[in-house]
Amino acid sequence: MESPAEIIPHSGGVIGVSWLMIALPLIGAAVLLLGGRRTDRWGHLLGVAMSLASFVVAVASFMELLGLDPEQRRRAYELYQFIPGVADMGILIDPLSISFALLITGVGSLIHIYSIGYMSHDPDRRRFFAYLNLFVAAMLLLVLSDNYVGLFIGWEGVGLASYLLIGFWQFKPSAAVAAKKAFIVNRVGDFGLLIAIFTVWTTFGSVAFGEVFGKAGEASQNTLTAIGLLLLLGACGKSAQLPLQSWLLDAMEGPTPVSALIHAATMVTAGVYLVVRSGAFFEAAPTAQLVVTIVGVATLLAGAIIGCAKDDIKKGLAGSTMSQIGYMMLGAGLGPVGYTFAIAHLITHGFFKANMFLGAGSVMHGMNDEVDMRKYGGLFPVMRITAITFIIGYLAIIGFPLLSGYFTKDGIIETAIEHNAILGWLAVVGAGITGFYMSRMVFMTFFGKRRWADDAHPHESPAVMTVPLIILSIGSIFLGGFLVLDNRFMQFLAPAVGRPEELPVFHFVSPAGLATLALVAVGAVFAWFRYGAAEVPRVAPRGSFLTTFARRDLYGDALNEALFMRPGQWLTRIAVFFDNRGIDGLVNGLAAAIGGTSGRLRRVQTGYVRSYALSILFGAAVVVGALLYVGNM
Amino acid sequence: MTTHYLVLSALLFAIGAIGVLTRRNAIVVFMCVELMLNACNLAFVTFARQHGNLDGQLIAFFVMVVAAAEVVIGLAIIVMIFRTRRSASVDDASLLKY
Repeated sequence: MESPAEIIPHSGGVIGVSWLMIALPLIGAAVLLLGGRRTDRWGHLLGVAMSLASFVVAVASFMELLGLDPEQRRRAYELYQFIPGVADMGILIDPLSISFALLITGVGSLIHIYSIGYMSHDPDRRRFFAYLNLFVAAMLLLVLSDNYVGLFIGWEGVGLASYLLIGFWQFKPSAAVAAKKAFIVNRVGDFGLLIAIFTVWTTFGSVAFGEVFGKAGEASQNTLTAIGLLLLLGACGKSAQLPLQSWLLDAMEGPTPVSALIHAATMVTAGVYLVVRSGAFFEAAPTAQLVVTIVGVATLLAGAIIGCAKDDIKKGLAGSTMSQIGYMMLGAGLGPVGYTFAIAHLITHGFFKANMFLGAGSVMHGMNDEVDMRKYGGLFPVMRITAITFIIGYLAIIGFPLLSGYFTKDGIIETAIEHNAILGWLAVVGAGITGFYMSRMVFMTFFGKRRWADDAHPHESPAVMTVPLIILSIGSIFLGGFLVLDNRFMQFLAPAVGRPEELPVFHFVSPAGLATLALVAVGAVFAWFRYGAAEVPRVAPRGSFLTTFARRDLYGDALNEALFMRPGQWLTRIAVFFDNRGIDGLVNGLAAAIGGTSGRLRRVQTGYVRSYALSILFGAAVVVGALLYVGNM
Repeated sequence: MTTHYLVLSALLFAIGAIGVLTRRNAIVVFMCVELMLNACNLAFVTFARQHGNLDGQLIAFFVMVVAAAEVVIGLAIIVMIFRTRRSASVDDASLLKY
């Protein structure tokens, strides 16, 4: 295998000012947050403008990068000294980071535009755009930083933005709780990432990507495995992979554009970025790599199973997001070929999942914010653009031939089967389940009998919302094929992640591909009989044991409660008891003992001269007796 | 030879002490204190005689001087208490307590 290209110091050109990508949305966020209500009238326009400007810089940088020789396409430059001797704030523009930057600013801008319509009735729209801009800036810092410390700052920044946006409607207790949950679960992952960065620093004496990856071979196997597993823990937290998946489903309490941008297209994929970026460590630590693939497969199955039982359209999509990121993780554990497909799938997923989330938002917009799919049904004729774009996203995610997901997901599955047949075929099964639950979602929402609430008057959303949907659905159709065929994306990414010895050839007909298609078809047909042809009850039936299992998120919350929350509560109760009874008891007891004794001793002061005289006499007798005793000795 | 004096001294001291502890009239208590002082004086003088030096006698004079001063102050206090409270009982003057 050919290793990644050297990172070359850069100056001048558009790449030289590519830090503007981060700075512009950050300025937008600052103006909107500090400006307060004065900016209410034009705040959303500023937000969109800053995001679009960032996109323009990203495209210009991308063009400039394309103009260079492939071997020259990793450019880095220092902005300023951040922590002297440890980390400088620097920007790294290479094929991997620019792919992310394009996705973040491109899809991000579309979602900004969509939000103008979606949030038009919200009195706090300005604050919403401020947070969105803050998110874009933090996410770009995460992917553009040329060292782990800068990456970590971005990592925490997106966590903060995610917290603020999940809890955007903080007057709803469920939203406030969900935001807190996301933040706390992410702390566990961040802890792993921090320790990983500390380990990298102590092992290699640097945190800059350019220095540490070249030295990866010098460290011992155990150290590398530890770094890999700790990085994976960080990735699991941010990307909602098992065992830190529980926050993502609750995160759907946030406004729908947030679910689309942060909890589907970009932030949750940061874990995949981290694993791919740190590929040099993982390639030198096969154990860690294997764990990455196992986590990926476990999550892709878990997410798919959860998706099957959710009646809340957003939670169904969230389960699907978990599952798709599972595929990316699986790819990210498979070396350079896997990286390419993982990132390609990440980008196409960013399009079709954002497309479907925004479609779901458009449906909710027309249905008085109803999210229960059992109250939808037969919406196709009343919102045709939303329905058609949603169905395009749906066909892309289940891997309908020649659409985006078909190329990228199939690539991951094929690569996985080559590496490890069991994991690969489990991923095929996951694709079949995807076919079922996504079809269920489409049939329940757009087809079948109308089960609307009495006061529902569904209508198509305004153009400001449908145009982004159309653009995203075009991406959902063509992007996958464009990236995968002729190994275009692999050639492009090679300088950043390394080039495999022989490039894979995409087979339109292959055993795994046919099996995937067959399973997806079975899942879709089964869904048609259950939810398309048959009548869907308006109240969810009790269902079997399996349905309950999936509906309760595979008992993930119950498990966390039993394993961590309750013991934690016991611990605090023990600590409180010890504090009240032990420490306070000692202090208060001593005081009470002294108080009680002196209260009794006080009684000696009777005020009678006679009793004082007696005690003097007694004392004198004792003194005399003692003197006699000593004298006789 | 000097035993009798010492026994007498001890007896006088004991009578004085019992008087101080048992009597309530301030004047009587005061007299008993004087009795104890003089019992001590007797013991001092006896020991001076026994040891053949003047130390004991010297101390006895000191005691007398102090006793005289004490009588002046003590009687003044007793008179003041009697004037304000119309009573010379030491038990009545028991306000300064817990």
